[in-house]
Amino acid sequence: MTQSSGLDEFFTEGAPVADTKAPVVDHISEMWDKRRFEAKLVNPANRRKLSVIIVGTGLAGASAAATLGEAGYHVTSFCYQDSPRRAHSIAAQGGINAAKNYRNDGDSIYRLFYDTVKGGDYRSRESNVYRLAQTSVEIIDQCVAQGVPFAREYGGLLDNRSFGGVQVSRTFYARGQTGQQLLIGAYQALERQIAAGAVKMHTRHEMLEVVVVDGKARGVVVRDLKTGEISTHLADAVVLASGGYGNVFYLSTNAMGCNVTATWRAHKKGAYFANPCYTQIHPTCIPVSGDYQSKLTLMSESLRNDGRIWVPKAHEDDRDPREIPEDERDYYLERIYPAFGNLVPRDIASRAAKNVCDERRGVGPGGLGVYLDFADAIERMGRATVEAKYGNLFDMYARITGENPYETPMRIYPAVHYTMGGLWVDYDLQSSIPGLFVTGEANFSDHGANRLGASALMQGLADGYFVLPNTINDYLAAGPFTKVDESDPAVLEARQQVEERIAKFLSIKGTRTVDSFHKELGHVMWDYCGMERSEEGLRKAISRIRELKKEFWEDVLVTGEGMELNQSLERAGRVADFLELGELMCIDALHRQESCGGHFRAESQTEEGEALRHDDEFAYVAAWEHGDSGPVLHKEDLVYNYVELKQRSYK
Amino acid sequence: MKINLRVWRQKNPEIDGKMVDYQLDDVSEDMSFLEMLDVLNESLSVSGEEPVAFDHDCREGICGSCGVVINGIAHGPEVTTTCQLHMRSFADGDTIDVEPWRSGSFPVVKDLVVDRSSFDRIIQAGGYVSAPTGTAPDAHATPVPKKDADHAFDAATCIGCGACVAACPNGSAMLFTAAKITHLGLLPQGQPERDSRVIGMVDQHDAEGFGGCTQIGECTAACPKGIPLHTISRLNKDLLGALARGEG
Repeated sequence: MTQSSGLDEFFTEGAPVADTKAPVVDHISEMWDKRRFEAKLVNPANRRKLSVIIVGTGLAGASAAATLGEAGYHVTSFCYQDSPRRAHSIAAQGGINAAKNYRNDGDSIYRLFYDTVKGGDYRSRESNVYRLAQTSVEIIDQCVAQGVPFAREYGGLLDNRSFGGVQVSRTFYARGQTGQQLLIGAYQALERQIAAGAVKMHTRHEMLEVVVVDGKARGVVVRDLKTGEISTHLADAVVLASGGYGNVFYLSTNAMGCNVTATWRAHKKGAYFANPCYTQIHPTCIPVSGDYQSKLTLMSESLRNDGRIWVPKAHEDDRDPREIPEDERDYYLERIYPAFGNLVPRDIASRAAKNVCDERRGVGPGGLGVYLDFADAIERMGRATVEAKYGNLFDMYARITGENPYETPMRIYPAVHYTMGGLWVDYDLQSSIPGLFVTGEANFSDHGANRLGASALMQGLADGYFVLPNTINDYLAAGPFTKVDESDPAVLEARQQVEERIAKFLSIKGTRTVDSFHKELGHVMWDYCGMERSEEGLRKAISRIRELKKEFWEDVLVTGEGMELNQSLERAGRVADFLELGELMCIDALHRQESCGGHFRAESQTEEGEALRHDDEFAYVAAWEHGDSGPVLHKEDLVYNYVELKQRSYK
Repeated sequence: MKINLRVWRQKNPEIDGKMVDYQLDDVSEDMSFLEMLDVLNESLSVSGEEPVAFDHDCREGICGSCGVVINGIAHGPEVTTTCQLHMRSFADGDTIDVEPWRSGSFPVVKDLVVDRSSFDRIIQAGGYVSAPTGTAPDAHATPVPKKDADHAFDAATCIGCGACVAACPNGSAMLFTAAKITHLGLLPQGQPERDSRVIGMVDQHDAEGFGGCTQIGECTAACPKGIPLHTISRLNKDLLGALARGEG
């Protein structure tokens, strides 16, 4: 198994790529200190002469904008929503990890680092993950100081809970709305800087192109979604905090507007896209109910702390779950993984659900669901306690399904939730385009092939509050860079590209709506690049996506005009980019002839059906460069000096 | 089921809008209200008409993007966000009026989309704790009684959707403002700026043209997050105290 086995038609291999920013140290724990010390500083008076553009106002964007504004830089921030407070970080439910060891249960920075590398199935970079674990501690302090109302105990101290994939309680939470509370904290810090004049905010603006001048990222082209006006904004550096690309699957737990356009446009201008096939399929979502379905709703993974997951032992058992006796139920996670039980990592829980459904033991419409049962928890803790802990989630479930989860078990099924892949960045979070930095879900850096629960909020805030503000100075210290003129050919070209694309969408006047293309792409991705991938399926997917892309550019129907609020036009641009991304995801999945984390290749499994990695061949980051004649693969070797590479076991 | 819709259509702020009738013949009761509008929009697009513009994003009831007046009630007949309202709340053959939030301080952008940037400006006027990144003490340095933390959380669940304004006969945004005053005012971290916060935010509220509060309570009845009316009493108390201390 080598990647040259008949895959030459899909890509070529280029020179390896390496992170040159992480300093050489005696022990990994000294690395971040050393980098902060070695990074060039910008004195406060000079910061006023430097400008930074930040795209996106989720945890990673709002925190960076607020912090860089506080530091004295001129910040310009963009979001497509009507307020920065609405970015999709707001929907994260469960919690945020931090190695505080407030529970005195053996936690430490090293253990959080270890758990994250292991949870990522040994496909993340040790240096970045260690720094994430170190920074986690400061995040909680910062958020509490902002007035984030974390859950507390009667003594007034912060409460913690445990989460999938770990054996300590290190997750801080605010009922089932942790993302909302953290984002409101970051949003308020951002609004404070807007009021102070340090940040200029543009809501309802979508970034459609990055401006690269003399090899450096120097600005963006954006469209005002209210008026349709196209404008160019120039700066000394650009930060993309534009989130993940799970909506390539059409149905996902992402917000409807989440898209890949900002990062994809940057990719086409030279930024490497790393590990695009690493997708997280979250095990606890409300199953699909019909064709009209527009999105999937996540039920926090914290439910697995007290809920028990099961299916009937018999095939196609359509009895009322309450009438199925104990001995005819299969609590399959507890059976297969006795050490972790219902708390195995997300990728394992999701695939196990798929397997029992493939065995025709699934429940609900189409047999695509498993039970998540709180009957035992209600008996053990009482209904009031369950309600206090999970009430809002139960209410949401009841509203969506019309069923009462206090009385009948919930039905859950896996859904696309998070994308570990993203733009390649070095230790400074700088992409392969100098001056273009990438934070949060938009980059690839910390979660390897699978993200642990409660780690996305941690990474978004680590990047935005603490990492970027201590690395971007190293780049900006060489500035202010030569002023770029609006009439610079590179600026005019970027703007022209945007205008031509919009004119093209509006001129096709075909017969198929944007949504119909998006839905079809989503089906192809889910069937062939979802929970299980095979060479045969991926080849099929690539050829279908290519046909679909051609059809899209010939037959898409975009209503309305360019110079107005036009949601059909907005979606057309996003779907056009998803079509290109989808193809790269399938090529990445095809080339990675191993199973790791969320990427399960049917051809690479153990006798028990568990994911089988091939560390000798695939212990690298696949960083893809956009090429006119197909993608070019640059490998970054992953070296593990601290965590021993092991086949993951949660048994 | 069959649904008759009457939807507010307005091409842009300069042009007068009007209610337009549409009929949908095959609506499933498991659809969300917004999915029903998606179905309408797909059919409008295919027949070459412009789809209805409406704000929406997370469709989980938490981002606060969506919100329309349904049969005269902000977010419709259930106490929830528009995205979490399902068609099982309606009957076959129903006629449903769909309008944007109605408030002078939320001007219509297009169809059902309104401009709520006034809410951001109210937050800018003091709805924060000044805690620059990196200055925080250890999270356990200041214990917070659970009761206070829980009540602060209850107020902090406001999603900024604007239903309170749409529901209020005075067009007041006092519930939105009071939710933030209460959230931060109950926590030790919010104390140093408590007086300046309430004065600043209320001034901005008034400057945006929102109406005054006369304690009618329509806001809290329409609030998808159940922000209680007594947050407004708390705001009034804080405001009077701050004014008496001469913090204005």
